Amino acid sequence: MNRLFNNKHFLGMLFMLPAGVLLLVFLTYPLGLGTWLGFTDAKIGRAGHWIGLDNFQYLVGDSVARLALFNTLFYTVVASALKFALGLWLALLLNRRLPFKSFFRAVILLPFIVPTALSAIAFWWMYDAQFSVLSWALERMGLIHTYIDFLGDPWNARFSTIAANVWRGVPFVAICLLAGLQTISPSLYEAAALDGATPWQRFRHVTLPLLTPIIAVVMTFSVLFTFTDFQLIYVITRGGPLNATHLMATLSFQRAIPGGSLGEGAALATLMIPFLLSAILFSYFGLQRRKWQQGGRD
Amino acid sequence: MASEPDRTEVVPGNEGMRYLESVPRRLVTLYLPLAIFVIVLLFPFYWMVMTSIKSNGELLSREGNPFWVIHPTLEHFKHLVFETQYPEWMWNTVIVSVVATFTSLAASVLAAYAIERLRFHGSKQVGLAIFLAYLVPPSILFIPLAAIVFKLGLFDTRWALILTYPTFLIPFCTWLLMGYFRSIPFELEECALIDGATRWQILVKIVLPLAVPGLISAGIFAFTLSWNEFIYALTFISSSEVKTVPVGVITELVEGDVYHWGALMAGALLGSLPVAIMYSFFVEYYVSGMTGAVKE
Repeated sequence: MNRLFNNKHFLGMLFMLPAGVLLLVFLTYPLGLGTWLGFTDAKIGRAGHWIGLDNFQYLVGDSVARLALFNTLFYTVVASALKFALGLWLALLLNRRLPFKSFFRAVILLPFIVPTALSAIAFWWMYDAQFSVLSWALERMGLIHTYIDFLGDPWNARFSTIAANVWRGVPFVAICLLAGLQTISPSLYEAAALDGATPWQRFRHVTLPLLTPIIAVVMTFSVLFTFTDFQLIYVITRGGPLNATHLMATLSFQRAIPGGSLGEGAALATLMIPFLLSAILFSYFGLQRRKWQQGGRD
Repeated sequence: MASEPDRTEVVPGNEGMRYLESVPRRLVTLYLPLAIFVIVLLFPFYWMVMTSIKSNGELLSREGNPFWVIHPTLEHFKHLVFETQYPEWMWNTVIVSVVATFTSLAASVLAAYAIERLRFHGSKQVGLAIFLAYLVPPSILFIPLAAIVFKLGLFDTRWALILTYPTFLIPFCTWLLMGYFRSIPFELEECALIDGATRWQILVKIVLPLAVPGLISAGIFAFTLSWNEFIYALTFISSSEVKTVPVGVITELVEGDVYHWGALMAGALLGSLPVAIMYSFFVEYYVSGMTGAVKE
């Protein structure tokens, strides 16, 4: 008996048991079940029958679903690009000699740690058509004459939700990139400066190549979170106006839970998987490159 | 990865070249942009506080400066605490977050130790699977999970959340702890093995004490993740008395067309406070947890 408990293969399996069971029952199985549901006409309270590709055919012909796909891609691309640019800038600022550095770092991460659903309400309130503080300030500064209809106009609403998403995501990108920047040895910059490299050249040829692996990973996470975002949209616009801000996740929720068509919602969620897979492959190659840069260390 | 939050910070930036920078230049390229970043990132919180202590009349008047409050009041907080089920939502969130965090942490310690230290058959593949599980977003799982939760008879109970939150907590914690365990020298374990310690004793008496910073990082991060969770709580819970704070505020405090902004902001503020306080005590652990999981 004692021997068995010191056998690493047996003990390994035993130790994996709690995590394994929980993940198999509540992650792997639902992942499969979700894909299967996508091929059925399941409704809430009624088991579905296999209907093949009907759901997907219907979704391809559905203008709202096509709009949601467009919105999701637009939202992901614009928000991720902004998060990357602003996050990298903020990380570079924080990496310089600075008094109260750890205080700044702590404060900057606040938007990322508070519940998104709750900070989203603050944005909803700031975007209010009649009482928006942003409109008030802009009007006082003489930049606008009528209050901006942040959430009533399709494009305004798209950019407003993107702004809220960027607000929440920049701290994450910045702090992770800062951690990467801190691993770059200052002697490299000194050597480059002695060789006459300008600040831009030092950034382009020292910082950027050494930071690429971590950028790849951070941005993969960022893209994943943005692509599957739900809370911000659900709280701020619920997909409106005229479905202009519906993302695939919010549309899938709306069709499946209030709408009751589990099958259709699951099909929409399944359609997100190819995009997620390509993001993961991207991350995989980002990691590969890192090993190569460190001289093939495991 | 460092076995404790990075106190051994590498010399900041270009310390050796500070003579190259003049004061006005620093002002424009460093302090000004940084100030704008900080103001933009913190303004929503300031606005939450201001709104939550304004009276309804002051909120809806167009006179005066909205950035300041003339007659601060606690009426919205009183309304939340005494006239809504807010205290119950808070209690639910605490219970669900604490139980889910500790369950996940326990399962993750065992799993990470098995993968990283026992090296059983297929441990490498399991490690990779854990990483992939970390990347599966809740927005594609909530529909089938809703069906499962319903079938298990857990719908509209706290158990639905306690059992489903580990799906995103365990992969994260395991992945993080694997990194911490890797940094503990093998020799310590070998010595203990020679002295006749069992694997269990090694885990409890040698590995865990050395991995305390990792446990704190993982625990803090897991707690915040469960506190902030929204889509599962929105889908699996329908009765007000079982709701969590984020879902309760969104679904119960928004009534009809009249938005009670004061109460909403007070609710958002109170709901953010516990994680913010916890975060302020453990910033370094939180940051090392977040960056550690990405850096691996």
